[in-house]
Amino acid sequence: MNLHEYQAREIFRSAGIPVPSGRVAETAEEAEAHARELGGTVVVKAQVHSGGRGKAGGVKLASSPDEARSHAEAILGMSIRGLEVRKVLVTPAEDIASESYVGLVLSRSARAPMFIVSDQGGMDIEEVAASDPKAVRRLRVDPRYGLLQHQTYWLANVLYEEPGLIKQGARVIAQLYQAFVRSGASLAEINPLITTPSGEVKAIDAKVSIDDNELFRQPELAGYRDLSDDWAEDRAREAGLSYVKLDGEVGCCVNGAGLAMATMDLVKYHGGEPANFLDIGGSSSPDKVVSALEIITSEPKVRSILFNIFGGITRCDDVALGIVEATRRIEIEPPMVIRLTGTNEKEAVEILADAGITAGTSMDEAVERAVALAAAS
Amino acid sequence: MAIFVDSETRLVVQGITGRDGSFHTRQMMEYGTRVVAGVTPGKGGQIFEGPAGERVPVFNSVDRAVEETGANTSVVYVPPAFAASAIMEAAEAGVQLIVGITEGIPVLDMTRAGAFVEDHGVRLIGPNCPGLITAGQAKVGIIPGHIVSPGPVGVVSRSGTLTYEAVAQLTDAGIGQSTCVGIGGDPIIGTSFVDCLRAFSEDQGTEAVVLIGEIGGTDEQEAARYVSERMTKPVVGFVAGQTAPPGRRMGHAGAIISRSSGTAEEKMRAFRENGVAVARRPIDIVGLIREALGL
Repeated sequence: MNLHEYQAREIFRSAGIPVPSGRVAETAEEAEAHARELGGTVVVKAQVHSGGRGKAGGVKLASSPDEARSHAEAILGMSIRGLEVRKVLVTPAEDIASESYVGLVLSRSARAPMFIVSDQGGMDIEEVAASDPKAVRRLRVDPRYGLLQHQTYWLANVLYEEPGLIKQGARVIAQLYQAFVRSGASLAEINPLITTPSGEVKAIDAKVSIDDNELFRQPELAGYRDLSDDWAEDRAREAGLSYVKLDGEVGCCVNGAGLAMATMDLVKYHGGEPANFLDIGGSSSPDKVVSALEIITSEPKVRSILFNIFGGITRCDDVALGIVEATRRIEIEPPMVIRLTGTNEKEAVEILADAGITAGTSMDEAVERAVALAAAS
Repeated sequence: MAIFVDSETRLVVQGITGRDGSFHTRQMMEYGTRVVAGVTPGKGGQIFEGPAGERVPVFNSVDRAVEETGANTSVVYVPPAFAASAIMEAAEAGVQLIVGITEGIPVLDMTRAGAFVEDHGVRLIGPNCPGLITAGQAKVGIIPGHIVSPGPVGVVSRSGTLTYEAVAQLTDAGIGQSTCVGIGGDPIIGTSFVDCLRAFSEDQGTEAVVLIGEIGGTDEQEAARYVSERMTKPVVGFVAGQTAPPGRRMGHAGAIISRSSGTAEEKMRAFRENGVAVARRPIDIVGLIREALGL
């Protein structure tokens, strides 16, 4: 789960990292009031789950409350990489002497948290990494020992030469690691970590992603989740379905992420476009299937619905019961193509036959048929 | 012949009294797996009854189970909050192989468990995987037994149901399997594609390998390199997620580390460049394996 900058700042601040104060506004009036209270020059920053906010015009300096208001007006409601901005952060502008980059990420290949630091912070750190690999240094944190003190200094030495700054930098790095572990993050990033002309180290941006598997032990973080614009996505989360809306006309309902992706691929192979990725998961109750059909049929572009179920833990008869129940509860206009095989397949075919629904066992045939039906309607 | 599990496997089930644990223990026993013990803390002394009335003793800890029954393999059906701890307990108790079925284990927990297992010289498969099955000998995990048939093809996959799809198509085509391994889809897993390829290389019962990957990470690329450098047996590859939309990315650290976007296209290219035959659809796997085996 990705956090907004203002949420990530709270996590950093509670770990002791020096973060300038900031306030969140949902209207231009609020932004103006915040700017007035803060006084001096402020930065108005779009709060949206996307990088590249600066380049998109979502980060602006304002030297007066009036200016903060007009920037907020422009930024609120703007779309950055397809995401609508609904909140802005108003924060005092800092005098910057230098900018560096500090990132901490759970690395698959290192099988451990990995620090990435550079004394060249700012917007284009990926470019720096590509063009001047030596400017970016990494450190694997051995999960057996955690981050060791000398390692915090090794990292801070990459950023600074002045002893006072090295000490502050090492402290921030240790605090970032603590915040990372305590909040169950998969990513924590400060870009840039600045020094001020008076020699203070401060984090003026914050990015944190929380490992979704940690949310059961971090209930207060679960409250950070935005309700999305999309009714279907919220409904899917409630029902325990993994769902991503796409742009096509073949609605897909599959068990297992790998098979769901392979099904989408096959829809495309046969000349169709999937309307969604939907994984009903392992132990699927009939209720889940009903929810899945509600979600798929809520999308007006859907012209046919394809079920692809390979029963293992998932029982085909549960899926069949869900399909029959859904046809009773909601109106399903697009034609359904049902492929199921595996655990309790026979029972499932009987349940469906009793309700006048036919089912097949071949994945390729089912996909071809669903694509043809979508094209014909 | 087989890799990792066979008729010598003596299995202890961690979480045997839970809903999933008890259901799948019966399924494993029906398949013929030797389940010698179960572990549920606080339920030591109970007896778990198998499908044919077998009596499986339940212990409070894995080390007692190993001591009393000589268990050499463990399978973990413990809920996510306790699963990493259960894996480490098994490693310390001295089993040789741990299979983690549990889905949803916090990744930071797994960094510690992964290091711990490594330090104890134990093989971990998973977590968040369907386990593995050696046709006609032993099933450890949740792969449906009836789709598997004995034969010369090793199968290794990051996915669950997609593996079943591929295995069932092989079986329907009359091509059997040596061992089918689901290595799991989590960011941090024990046994990698390369580990499995190495084991299949050394296994006299395996003549060709099916490798099923998906988007994300670089395991498939590493597997491809291993095939070109070390393997003499033919490998057929498939990658799921060819049409998956790129996720919205936050932060830069991940991209800097991997220097790769982990797309299906990139993985399929790595396969082709390294002599892995690429199946565009699951159904194409059968034909390519036939060719590879000279059938």
